[in-house]
Amino acid sequence: MSNKSQSSVEVHNVKAVNAADGRKFYKKREPIYPKRVNGQWRKIKWIAMIVLLGIYYGVPWLRWDRGPFLPDQAVLVDFEGRRFYFFWIQLWPQEVFFITGLLILAALGLFFVTALFGRVWCGYACPQTVWTDLFIAVERWIEGDRNARMRLDKAPWTWDKVRKKVSKHIVWLFIAAATGGAWILYFHDAPTVAANLFMGTAPVTSYLFLGLLTFTTYTLAGTMREQVCTYMCPWPRIQGAMLDNDSLSVVYRHDRGEPRGKHKKGEPWDNRGHCVDCNACVAACPMGIDIRDGAQLECINCALCIDACDSVMEKVNLPKGLIAYDTEANSIRRQMGDKPVFRFVRSRTVYYATVFILVSAVMLYALVNRSSLDLNVIRDRSPNFIQLSDGAIRNGYVIKAINKTGEARTVTLSIDGPESMALTGLGVAAHDGVVDIEIAPNAVRAVRVFATMPKGVAKETNDLTFNLVDPEDGSRRSAAATFAGPKS
Amino acid sequence: MTTPKTNKQDVDKVTGVETTGHEWDGIKELNNPLPRWWLNVFYACIVGSVIYWVLMPAWPGLPGIGGYTKGTLGFSDRANVSKDIAQLQAERAPLAAKLSGADLNTVEQDPELMQYAFAAGEAAFKDNCATCHGAGGQGVKGYPSLADDVWLWGGTLTDIRHTLEVGIRADHDETRYSQMPAFGRDGILSAQEISDVTDYVLNFSGNSDAGAEALSRGQEIYAVNCVSCHGDAGLGDRTQGAPNLADAEWVYGGSKAEVMTSISRGPFGVMPAWAGRLDSSTLDALAVYVHSRGGGE
Repeated sequence: MSNKSQSSVEVHNVKAVNAADGRKFYKKREPIYPKRVNGQWRKIKWIAMIVLLGIYYGVPWLRWDRGPFLPDQAVLVDFEGRRFYFFWIQLWPQEVFFITGLLILAALGLFFVTALFGRVWCGYACPQTVWTDLFIAVERWIEGDRNARMRLDKAPWTWDKVRKKVSKHIVWLFIAAATGGAWILYFHDAPTVAANLFMGTAPVTSYLFLGLLTFTTYTLAGTMREQVCTYMCPWPRIQGAMLDNDSLSVVYRHDRGEPRGKHKKGEPWDNRGHCVDCNACVAACPMGIDIRDGAQLECINCALCIDACDSVMEKVNLPKGLIAYDTEANSIRRQMGDKPVFRFVRSRTVYYATVFILVSAVMLYALVNRSSLDLNVIRDRSPNFIQLSDGAIRNGYVIKAINKTGEARTVTLSIDGPESMALTGLGVAAHDGVVDIEIAPNAVRAVRVFATMPKGVAKETNDLTFNLVDPEDGSRRSAAATFAGPKS
Repeated sequence: MTTPKTNKQDVDKVTGVETTGHEWDGIKELNNPLPRWWLNVFYACIVGSVIYWVLMPAWPGLPGIGGYTKGTLGFSDRANVSKDIAQLQAERAPLAAKLSGADLNTVEQDPELMQYAFAAGEAAFKDNCATCHGAGGQGVKGYPSLADDVWLWGGTLTDIRHTLEVGIRADHDETRYSQMPAFGRDGILSAQEISDVTDYVLNFSGNSDAGAEALSRGQEIYAVNCVSCHGDAGLGDRTQGAPNLADAEWVYGGSKAEVMTSISRGPFGVMPAWAGRLDSSTLDALAVYVHSRGGGE
């Protein structure tokens, strides 16, 4: 496997799982044993993992005081109460377009980042990558690095092998259950539901989702790993549309590396490439591929092969970056003898950034101008209007007054319309042409109100506006409506 | 497993993969391997469907025998719906009981109870009342509007609740009852007399263009035949369901011909007594709903 008498570089006996000459129909999955690497990209991946997992597991425990009538969880999707709480923002079901906007922003952000830096999402931030990375770290911690794991799998079943395998799967299942458990915390009061989960008194749906997500985490990150990216995920297919010749991706520099060959210490580097064919890049790859075969569907751009190659280059006293973040255009430029150029400002990235900023601005505007009060008016259509005994014309409306604050308030409803029009309500006090409506905290109150016009004044359609005003804080909402009368 | 037929002669140069021989405008389909787990999922689905046949209702019976295979789990959509309805009624029971016990006049001030009564009343109204009174209670000719401020038998919540319970000219001991004679059909008044009294009645609301002579003839006839129920000024009498003849509302139409028809034939509108057909809390809900249509007193 290694030959240290001739070279300081360890040579790995490894072959890419997708090598062209090894392809067969109905091929079984070839086990991949990613080797541990050290380097700047690995460091960034560790930090990304800690931050992302920290957010996922930690956020449900953050508290946020909203007063006595509302939950104090900072981020809470409250299906039972039909509310979404996000720190100082509280969304009602009818405001779900903010979530849609957020998804649009996420998609645009993904497009933008992909156009700029290639598959950084796949390589650093995708849950599949992060959890797989974590599961591989556990595997390495219990069973040892690449060679030890390969030996262990080939070895006959001994007590030691059983112990290692069982403890690995137990730790995996523990992480998977914690992942499923943390998901539940986003939908209920976290401390309560966490206690209930252990006591066996949580809702059945909680256990169902806990079980489902434990299962998916365990299988996707533990046993399926790279197959998820290669066969199941649609993103590798779609992202081709975001990439162009100037997009960054992890590239093996053919111009510098070829012709490759084994290298003994002290040999000259003339008339040969810098690649010493040690296969360190293949051994490190969690997807089990050979980056030197060029851009491939399977490559998630995790940059671990860069770290693997850089440490080899260091040993043989050559400059780093034989495998590096580079662009297609640059590799052509190098072959032509030109200097590499990185063009981040391109029409593609400008478009994505512009649309991203535009959507953000619209959403921010909508968010800032959200009122703590809302008003919906539904006019009776059957009957369209009613003639009273004295010939006056009356229209009925259902007013839905919405109080988005955590305190009870009394708001006044008035109308702007023809001067002779009078407003009355059912079960609410009317005075001086306005109606007082009490609304409970964080609630909707439906009130039936009537607008009446004296005989002979109403046209077939008359415009009016309902105004809902909170006299205390001055917040107001208006809704346009019509008043129907008889055909003249 | 048989290996799918491939075109050994045609190997894609870039990938080194054989093609299936399918070609569309020069685009060839490569014969790449299908992942093993995918294939296994396919087999698992086949096994799953067989298990499903055993557990769930699946196959229709043979011709002539009928029925279907019921499955060992005993699953039935029909039974589930019955269970859901029972559960729904159980969930609504506390509010229904609260409504039954409440003073109807306070319901409209209580948002929670009002919301329940309105929704339950609306559903019951559409099932039972809308056929005659219209979807929004607007009424049609011969069937009074429930949305305006004209009430034959009273428009307070208590009055409406009572009318619903006992009906009008219905099969109930305490039903609201009255009968206007068929002045024309039964030969009490002649056609000319009916015309004259119609002019007089229409004059209450200023809708008659008859001369003073006809009106004075009509006044005499009115004083003898009509005044006991409809009153001197034609304002009606709610204790016997006699409509106000001086307002703008006409259940059976307000043109001269229509009023003459009413006097000649004697209207006899009927509404069933709902006590016994609908439970007490539904009647409460209906009363609140009808009261909320716009004309409630």
